[in-house]
Amino acid sequence: MGEFGIKPVLLWSDALVFMLVIVLTTFFYRLRNDPQTRERWGQVFSSRLGMITFTVIMVYVGIALLDSLHFRRALPHPEGVDTTEVFYDNKVTSVLDIMLDGMGDRFERTYSAPFALKSFEKSNMKDEQGNEVRDFEWLEHAGQHLASPADKWPDLLRLSAIALAWGLLASAVLVGAQWSWLRGSIYPWYASWAVQVLITCFMVWLVYISRYYHVLGTDQGGTDVAYQSIKGIRTGVLLGTLSTLVMLPIAVTLGVSAGYFKGWVDDVVQYLYTTLSSIPGILLIAASVLLFQVYIDLNPDYFSVGMEKADARFIALCFILGLTSWSSLCRLIRAETLKISQLGYVQAAHAFGVSHSRILGRHILPNVVHIILITFVLDFSSLVLAEAVLSYIGVGIDPSMGSWGNMINGARSELSREPAVWWTLTGAFFFMFILVLAANLFSDLVRDAFDPRSSSGRSQA
Amino acid sequence: MLAYIIRRLLYAIPILIGVNLLTFALFFVVNSPDDMAASQLGAKYVTPEAIANWKSKNGYDKPLFVNDDASGIGAVTDTIFFTKSVKLFAFDFGRSESGRDITTDVSTRMWPSLAVALPSFALGIWVNICVALMVVMFRGTALDRWAVFVFVSLMSISYLFYIIGGQYLVAKQWMLVPISGFDPDFQPWKFLLLPVLVSVVSGIGSGARWYRTLFLEEAGQDYVRTARAKGASEISILFHHILPNALIPILTGIVVLIPSLFMGSLLIESFFGIPGLGSYMLDAIRGQDFAIVRTMVFIGSILYIIGLILTDISYTWADPRVRLS
Repeated sequence: MGEFGIKPVLLWSDALVFMLVIVLTTFFYRLRNDPQTRERWGQVFSSRLGMITFTVIMVYVGIALLDSLHFRRALPHPEGVDTTEVFYDNKVTSVLDIMLDGMGDRFERTYSAPFALKSFEKSNMKDEQGNEVRDFEWLEHAGQHLASPADKWPDLLRLSAIALAWGLLASAVLVGAQWSWLRGSIYPWYASWAVQVLITCFMVWLVYISRYYHVLGTDQGGTDVAYQSIKGIRTGVLLGTLSTLVMLPIAVTLGVSAGYFKGWVDDVVQYLYTTLSSIPGILLIAASVLLFQVYIDLNPDYFSVGMEKADARFIALCFILGLTSWSSLCRLIRAETLKISQLGYVQAAHAFGVSHSRILGRHILPNVVHIILITFVLDFSSLVLAEAVLSYIGVGIDPSMGSWGNMINGARSELSREPAVWWTLTGAFFFMFILVLAANLFSDLVRDAFDPRSSSGRSQA
Repeated sequence: MLAYIIRRLLYAIPILIGVNLLTFALFFVVNSPDDMAASQLGAKYVTPEAIANWKSKNGYDKPLFVNDDASGIGAVTDTIFFTKSVKLFAFDFGRSESGRDITTDVSTRMWPSLAVALPSFALGIWVNICVALMVVMFRGTALDRWAVFVFVSLMSISYLFYIIGGQYLVAKQWMLVPISGFDPDFQPWKFLLLPVLVSVVSGIGSGARWYRTLFLEEAGQDYVRTARAKGASEISILFHHILPNALIPILTGIVVLIPSLFMGSLLIESFFGIPGLGSYMLDAIRGQDFAIVRTMVFIGSILYIIGLILTDISYTWADPRVRLS
């Protein structure tokens, strides 16, 4: 390990999310030959909307995964100290940070507007004669290469053209590879490609321009807002998936056993979920998070890096959200299991003396998978939205961990300033809205395809 | 009917006991009163005396379940479980961690909450039904598909943006109403206008989409075809056949929410500075006032259970075929 050595860091949330990816991949890989599943997914992907929204979601997931590969950089060897030991930076970096080309390292002093060259607020400084003056300060990382401020817009145009050329080149490679492989497909891949080209061009443009300007300005602490918004993706995606992952085993186990064994098991499960759902959700979540916070405060020694503490709180939030929200899925699965266990083939299996575990595994579980899937996709968007609200209330993500909720929370009074600081909210809004919209539209399609009773009206009308 | 209601109320008792035990476990077993005292007094650097002092002042210096020192009934009643949890059943909420009487606070703060929640609720339903009806009139056309897309888009916007955007546009740019605040004596409607507007607009996406599905479900029924066959106009089918029938699922779906209106809205009240129960809860969460959070959990559960009972009653009322037994 030399001067550029790195030390990988595996946060708990990273481990969980990669585990989730492996589980989901094997799950779908095993299901690939099931004709019914194939037909239903085929229905989802044969629509252009399905392709578009799926591509958008995949881009978000991809960014989240890249942002989950963490490491610590080795610090340069200290001069004059005769040791072979390598010291590592306390700051945890991710692969995404590298790909964003130092976007998060270009700090300013405080607010600056998008593409601005000067600070947003006046500050005290010295002019050439050494007099105290109050003026807008020049930014440290914006337009340093310009000869005069008047060149800004022509320069931006020139840079955008270059960035666009690079973006088109990159998308040509990306889409070309897929085209040679998928051109005979019956699915509307062209819709997906169009989105890929758009997103690639946008990202290349964003990273390229960010070298010279702050595309979405900077916030109160001087951090690049575009960078913060992108960092919020990991938090949103992970929260939406990990919470559901926590919820699923509880809901499925309890729901299936209540519907299958009936009797006192059913009574107990029904009592549990009625009790849990009668507590106002937000209060239960808030109380649980507060109690966990007390635990962290009193045991600060458990976490070595600051990021680990934030990560512990994040995992705890996922668990709390999962543990408090299983009741509705449990109710659905219980009802479905009740129905299925009355059917002829289950009765026949009973008559043949098939064991309970085998009946559950072979006959009941595969028939409630569609409910699980629909819930998974439906809950995802509501969890992303819930994160923002929880962070506002103060029981959400740790403020040191970037999230859209924390951005909104920090910026909620900025619109009342004069002139208004609108870019932080815009950044959070834009990135969050696209993800939630894509997830919502996709979940509608999934529900139409998988739920026999669903009637969104499209088929009827 | 009466027997049914009484039985449902009796069913509610074990559920409330469960809620109580759960909150008790959360607040006193997972975290001991010592932990709470330490975090209330400022985490690490507190003396044992300060903790003991805080505990005795707030009544946490007792054993959890059984008090061996006390005699007779006192062995059970002079415990944290009895004083802090069981007394909630008698609606004796005690005092908050900062020493205020929770019962008084709740009863005074209930009314501003209702003043916002009730109009928002009623107006919201009315607007959603109107929008959904309009969309259903154009069912099967491009307009309908675009309307659904707009609904989903509206649903995808975080509630916080509706509030922030509303305050920015209506209050700051157009200067039509005050940004926030509440004054029950001086033109309270002026302060209520914007919160109500924001809650109605933010609910259109999911509400109108749901009502549209309900209407379309009814539109596919046989009696609609029959009505069309006998020559009824589309408008008359919509208003005289579909609407009254779809009102049944709408009604039964929203009744469960009515009692919870007392609790107010956490976000609306805190953003608009309305001194209701919602902002009360939020302040309690932020100030880590566990006594208030405990009380509000209990009240919320009671209101939810009342909502469930009302839902069952509303079934019989809306649909005479349903008999409760």
